[in-house]
Amino acid sequence: MSSEFVQLSLAPMLIGTLASVTCALVGNFLVLRRQSLIGDAVAHVALPGIVVAFLITGTVAAGPMLIGAAASAVVAALLIELIRKVGRIEPGAAMGVVFTTLFAAGVLLLERSDTSKVHLDVEHALYGNLESLIWLAGDGWGSLIDPAALAELPPQLPRLALVLLVVAGFITIFWKELVIGTFDAAFAESIGARPTITSYALIVMVAVAAVAAFDAVGSIIVIAMFICPPAAARLMTDRMGPQIAWSVVFAVLSAVLGYVLAGYGPLWLGARSSVSAAGMIATVSGIILFLCCLFGPRRRGVKVAANRI
Amino acid sequence: MDAFLSALLLQAGYNTALVTIGAALLGASAGAIGTFVLLRKRSLVSDAISHATLPGLALAFIIMALLTGDGRWIAGLMIGAGASAGLGLVLVEWIGRRTRLTEDAAIGSVLAVFFGFGIVLLTVIQSLETGRQAGISSYLVGSTAGMLRSEAETIAIAALISGAAIFALRRPLTLVCFDQEYASVRGINVRATDLAMMGLLLVITVIGLKVAGLVLIVALTIIPPAAARFWTDRPEPMVIIAAALGAVAAYLGAVISSLDRGLPTGALIVLVAFALFLVSLLLSPRRGLLASALKRLSFQREVHERQGLMALARGEPIYDTFTLRVLKRKGFIRADGVATLAGRGAAAGVMLDEARWSLYQKLFPDDAANAAHHGVTPIAEALPADIVAELDRHLTVQKAPS
Repeated sequence: MSSEFVQLSLAPMLIGTLASVTCALVGNFLVLRRQSLIGDAVAHVALPGIVVAFLITGTVAAGPMLIGAAASAVVAALLIELIRKVGRIEPGAAMGVVFTTLFAAGVLLLERSDTSKVHLDVEHALYGNLESLIWLAGDGWGSLIDPAALAELPPQLPRLALVLLVVAGFITIFWKELVIGTFDAAFAESIGARPTITSYALIVMVAVAAVAAFDAVGSIIVIAMFICPPAAARLMTDRMGPQIAWSVVFAVLSAVLGYVLAGYGPLWLGARSSVSAAGMIATVSGIILFLCCLFGPRRRGVKVAANRI
Repeated sequence: MDAFLSALLLQAGYNTALVTIGAALLGASAGAIGTFVLLRKRSLVSDAISHATLPGLALAFIIMALLTGDGRWIAGLMIGAGASAGLGLVLVEWIGRRTRLTEDAAIGSVLAVFFGFGIVLLTVIQSLETGRQAGISSYLVGSTAGMLRSEAETIAIAALISGAAIFALRRPLTLVCFDQEYASVRGINVRATDLAMMGLLLVITVIGLKVAGLVLIVALTIIPPAAARFWTDRPEPMVIIAAALGAVAAYLGAVISSLDRGLPTGALIVLVAFALFLVSLLLSPRRGLLASALKRLSFQREVHERQGLMALARGEPIYDTFTLRVLKRKGFIRADGVATLAGRGAAAGVMLDEARWSLYQKLFPDDAANAAHHGVTPIAEALPADIVAELDRHLTVQKAPS
């Protein structure tokens, strides 16, 4: 049992946890800034970027995919700005125009190009394939200190760990600027904290987190984790530090519980095959949020107005 | 090309024609209701609604598959989708009302969680051994290929009915979008109207799932209204334009998609809609990019002409090539830069105009701050004739003693 667990479940569970925590960390600021749906948009526009990267390079290697996704996120951000300014449309609608169009372009490209030989399709982009990221070389807990076996870990694991470090470092270093800019941009401007630059940097971090997590777990976890754990944490406390701590706890809980329920839950119920881990992780995070909406100690209170880019 | 023409002219078989007409009706209804939702600034609620259909769709499929062996009966799937989308909508409202979370967080969480749970159910369907699971995946990105006649008829009739409902409710919807308080004074139940708006949005989303797919149906309710916004500032024309654009996009998208296999209907409809949006963005006479570029160019020309004429009147040399070109084209100067007779006359006119403006600013500083001058408008165009005459009287009086 234990060697099977290390081989089949440890790596996906860790990857799911890392992806969830990374997204939840930046998600805290998005939720407070009323920009929750930016995560949604970024996750949708990654698809055409990935397909174009595949068409150019002909491989599904991680590097080009990440660059492609990041590039299309930048294109989307510029398009949204342009449409919002020129068309004088509310930002939500401008976002809706851009991300649906780019996603549609991605779907069409995918259907028209010959991707039958590689694993690249719409379903994969939507809900990833967490279960396939197994660690064949890890045949027991002893493998965790065996360098040869560690080198065989799925590449998504070290990549996501690195991204998590970058995101956590960004938030620690710019903590003061981010918090002031989130709650009172005018004040931040007046004391020279440059809220515009920090908010653009935040969007870049969102894109980095989304793209890295997207590659490993699909867009649905990304969207859920940007919003659900931070929103649930917001209902638990009034202070920024504890809110982030709560959101990390909720993210880890969703990832681990979701993975276990998806992998083993159906077996307990007598079914023969497991269900989608990505979907289950999103579902668990939603249940946590629902419980917080019902019982969270700070579920009522003043709605913070912080609407700006 | 022949295939395209025959599909375009509804000659490619009864089923294709029916599907195309159904899609066009759907596009028109989606554009119309989308306009009201856009004006109410709640466009992205439809994103939550469309994603929230998935668990209901999958559950309906599972239940029907277990009971009858075939889960693809479209009306049953629509009922399931509508029920879970309705639950999602209620949750969005509930989170927004009951907790301090803002609407964007509510939309995002409902969208992600419902979709996630839907995917869990989809993997359950894959493990069911009915062998007829193919029908369900077409709801993700939309497909009209191989659509049954009964399905196409259901979609067309439902789209027609919801379009008629929007037409019947257009007055209260418009009023609520613009002025809630006035609407309630007029005896309109704002809450019920809002509910009807969201209900219609939900119905159209559910009808459109099969055609456009649940990830992309939201585009049909956002892009055509956003494009229509470029052409008009009035609500009724905007609804009509949005409905027309939506119908054209859905019609063309369905036609193109019927030509070949790897042409997903939903994606094509969205891309055609976006093309229409781009055309509006570029060419709209009111606020399109082209129109505003032309406006800027003509303003620039006016400024250069006026400054050039003032330089002529004062006998100053002109170096700026654009100014020289503008003056030359108007016939105010000769090729060697010397003012013509017309040029000297126009220059004197401009100087008089400037004298009037500066006198106006001295006499009525408050009014002058409100008048749009920017240093180019002739005063007779900006101010009433009697004030101009008054200014002229002052000018002659001032000049007389000196």
